[in-house]
Amino acid sequence: MNGLKKYIDKIKPNFEPGGKYSKLRSVFEGFETFLFVPNTTSKSGVHIHDAIDSKRTMSVVVIALIPALLFGMYNVGYQHYLAIGDMSAGFWMMFLYGFLAVLPKIVVSYVVGLGIEFIGAQIRGHEIQEGFLVTGMLIPMIVPVDTPLWMIAVATAFSVIFAKEIFGGTGMNIFNVALITRAFLFFAYPSKMSGDAVFVRTSDTFGIGAGNVVEGFSGATPLGQIATHVPGTDMVLTDTLGNTLSTWDMFFGLIPGSIGETSTLAILIGAVILLATGIANWRIVLSVFVGGYVMASIAHIFATPTYPGSLLTPLDHLCLGGFAFAAVFMATDPVTASRTTLGKYIYGFLIGVITIIIRLYNNGYPEGAMLAVLLMNVFAPLIDYFVVEANIKNRLKRLKQGGRVNE
Amino acid sequence: MANVIKIKKGLNIPLVGEADNVIINAAKSTRYALIPDDFHGVVPKILVKSGEKVKVGTPLMCDKNRPEVCFVSPVSGEVTEVVRGERRKVMEITLKSDDKFDAVDFGKHEISEMTVAEIKEMLLRSGLFPYIKQRPYDIIANPEDTPRDIFVTAIDSAPLAPAFSLILKREEESLKTGLAVLARLTSGKVYLGIDNNDAVSVSVPGCETVRFEGKHPVGNVGVQIAAISPVNKGETVWTLSAFDLLLIGRLFNTGKPDFTRVIALTGSEVKRPEYLKTTVGISVDVLLNGNLKEDGRNKRIISGNVLTGTQIDEKGYLRFYSSQMTVIPEGDDCNEFLGWATPGFGKFSVSHTFIAWLCGKKRKYDIDARIRGGERGIIMSGEYDKVFPMNILPEFLIKAVIAFDIDKMENLGIYEVAPEDFALCEFVDTSKLPLQKIIRNGLDELMKEMN
Repeated sequence: MNGLKKYIDKIKPNFEPGGKYSKLRSVFEGFETFLFVPNTTSKSGVHIHDAIDSKRTMSVVVIALIPALLFGMYNVGYQHYLAIGDMSAGFWMMFLYGFLAVLPKIVVSYVVGLGIEFIGAQIRGHEIQEGFLVTGMLIPMIVPVDTPLWMIAVATAFSVIFAKEIFGGTGMNIFNVALITRAFLFFAYPSKMSGDAVFVRTSDTFGIGAGNVVEGFSGATPLGQIATHVPGTDMVLTDTLGNTLSTWDMFFGLIPGSIGETSTLAILIGAVILLATGIANWRIVLSVFVGGYVMASIAHIFATPTYPGSLLTPLDHLCLGGFAFAAVFMATDPVTASRTTLGKYIYGFLIGVITIIIRLYNNGYPEGAMLAVLLMNVFAPLIDYFVVEANIKNRLKRLKQGGRVNE
Repeated sequence: MANVIKIKKGLNIPLVGEADNVIINAAKSTRYALIPDDFHGVVPKILVKSGEKVKVGTPLMCDKNRPEVCFVSPVSGEVTEVVRGERRKVMEITLKSDDKFDAVDFGKHEISEMTVAEIKEMLLRSGLFPYIKQRPYDIIANPEDTPRDIFVTAIDSAPLAPAFSLILKREEESLKTGLAVLARLTSGKVYLGIDNNDAVSVSVPGCETVRFEGKHPVGNVGVQIAAISPVNKGETVWTLSAFDLLLIGRLFNTGKPDFTRVIALTGSEVKRPEYLKTTVGISVDVLLNGNLKEDGRNKRIISGNVLTGTQIDEKGYLRFYSSQMTVIPEGDDCNEFLGWATPGFGKFSVSHTFIAWLCGKKRKYDIDARIRGGERGIIMSGEYDKVFPMNILPEFLIKAVIAFDIDKMENLGIYEVAPEDFALCEFVDTSKLPLQKIIRNGLDELMKEMN
């Protein structure tokens, strides 16, 4: 590796201010620090530092996303072959199909997003920040498989610029960038983001898996089925071929839905990685699930056919749709979440509650996780405000009592 | 044992190179120095010329703004040079010791018979007063104040820090006298914070002993104040370390200033970490001579501990407030390929993102001085809270200081903190922000606004 280091040191002057490629300085620094841990040593303050940095933090989150991503790829293939009635395709064929369907989305998301990040970093003259490594992986995982690539490109560009860069970059944004991407898609191109035609790809991918859809196929997600449920009939959730789904099926995740969100199991594996490493805050994850469970229980007690979602058990609600994904990967984004300890409990709990409320009592939106997290992003600073005020009040009270009376 | 305060938050950084429990008389040096930078906020006025003869206790400089606060020679001999840097800033006043340690005699008095003014006068003239600091602002105390209380910490909980019980040996009388002196200076009480595991016990009228238990920063006087009786706006308390109080006690017991102290020589780059009996301001080359590892790594010599100490060079001097020296690898000579992606077997982190986490709690680490990451905005939340055991929201206070919103800083408790309280936050920070510097600048600016 010494040769590489020498080469980098040799070309470095070209990228310094005044050098030939000084316009690419941020990019160069980005790659340099990516390859070698910077050996700058501390000049003020503490002499030693914890080994963690934001590159490490972000890569741990990406690793935690991988189980859900791999499962999502397999599920894309599985749903496809189920739809064309060719279950003899085998595990690897299904995975390959899904892999080829998902990979272009990941590439588009990273190229567009990182491109904008590089430009932003160069304009501001600071280092490239790693936040988009996670965002870029999240975006393909929260869209339906049939979302066109150009839409993902437009939405990613929109959200990176308007939800992040204009606020000052990583750490300054108010909204979760990946969710803004999804919200943009959802409101700009609603027909490509919901309904029963986008969650299962029925056509071939790069020539693989051509076939005709079997009779009786319906690509509606379980939550989509609830939204279009006809009052008076029995409430039974089914897979695309009409077979009844059990809670276990919903937990395991071989059901139609956005690419990365279907398998609660795979998401929980990611959750274990995030919580064990201490990257995600357990208070938020826990309180989202508790909030969702409590609200779904209340709704279930007062179940009514007017709102068919209330007929489902609370456990089903936690396994369906984007609930688990939002709880583990979206709500825990430290930048947009509440930053005080008490605030985190409130923030998480309300996300859980609001997700279920939107899901059940608003017939316009079959899923509420995205809107709930975005809404609570807005309220997170307010929650923190009250927690901070409480701390301030304590201090002022102490002052009013004239400090401490000497015993 | 009834009065034990448990500090639950904090972090003991497990470093290699703890000192053995033996005190060795260090080699003597002829080179000593007083370094004005040790005294934050002091504008030095030099009182001596090179070639002038001095004794232990002869004033070398004083504070231009408060001429009564003077800084004295720790040895007898002569002044060799007043070294100036850019813009004629005084960098150091170097001294040549005659190895006799002749001291100015300030007279031995019964403390109970002295007036408060006389006590202060004695502390000021002997050059020991600068060991007393004040909150708010964490600067040398104003001798005209009468503090609400005085807090003395007899715990140094920083990484590899010296054990007070060992240093106290045969100096119990100095501690007692020191506490009795302090008791005269406050309208309230003197609080002595002691490690619950230390068998130290003193009883002096007007002084209350409080036992503490917990991880670093339990020894920080700010943490102890917060647990006993926090500082409110408008109040002033004085603080000092019991390690320094011994020097004050000695002065009143003998009438002569004596800057001898026991320091811990520690760190992974030291061959035999041990306790050394030496003198404030000594050139460190004699202390380190033959005791540094010859492993070809660049070394960082720190007067103090790895969190709050000052970097000095091989020809540097032991600083005024240091009761410890640490030598660690600098780390600028290694290039780690894809370091952020490696499993990290030997890397210490409070987060569990490196495999080393699974190697157990007994493991000790050899950490070098690299920052290991670029500076970022504050991304992770709750990191500081885990190592900040005061009823203060550190992240919000830091943000208020960066924005320099005075009302908010006051409301969030700026008067209760010192830069050292943020040292651990700075260590664990993923975003690698210079938090101690931010707080120091904030306090300085605030002081300007207020006075």
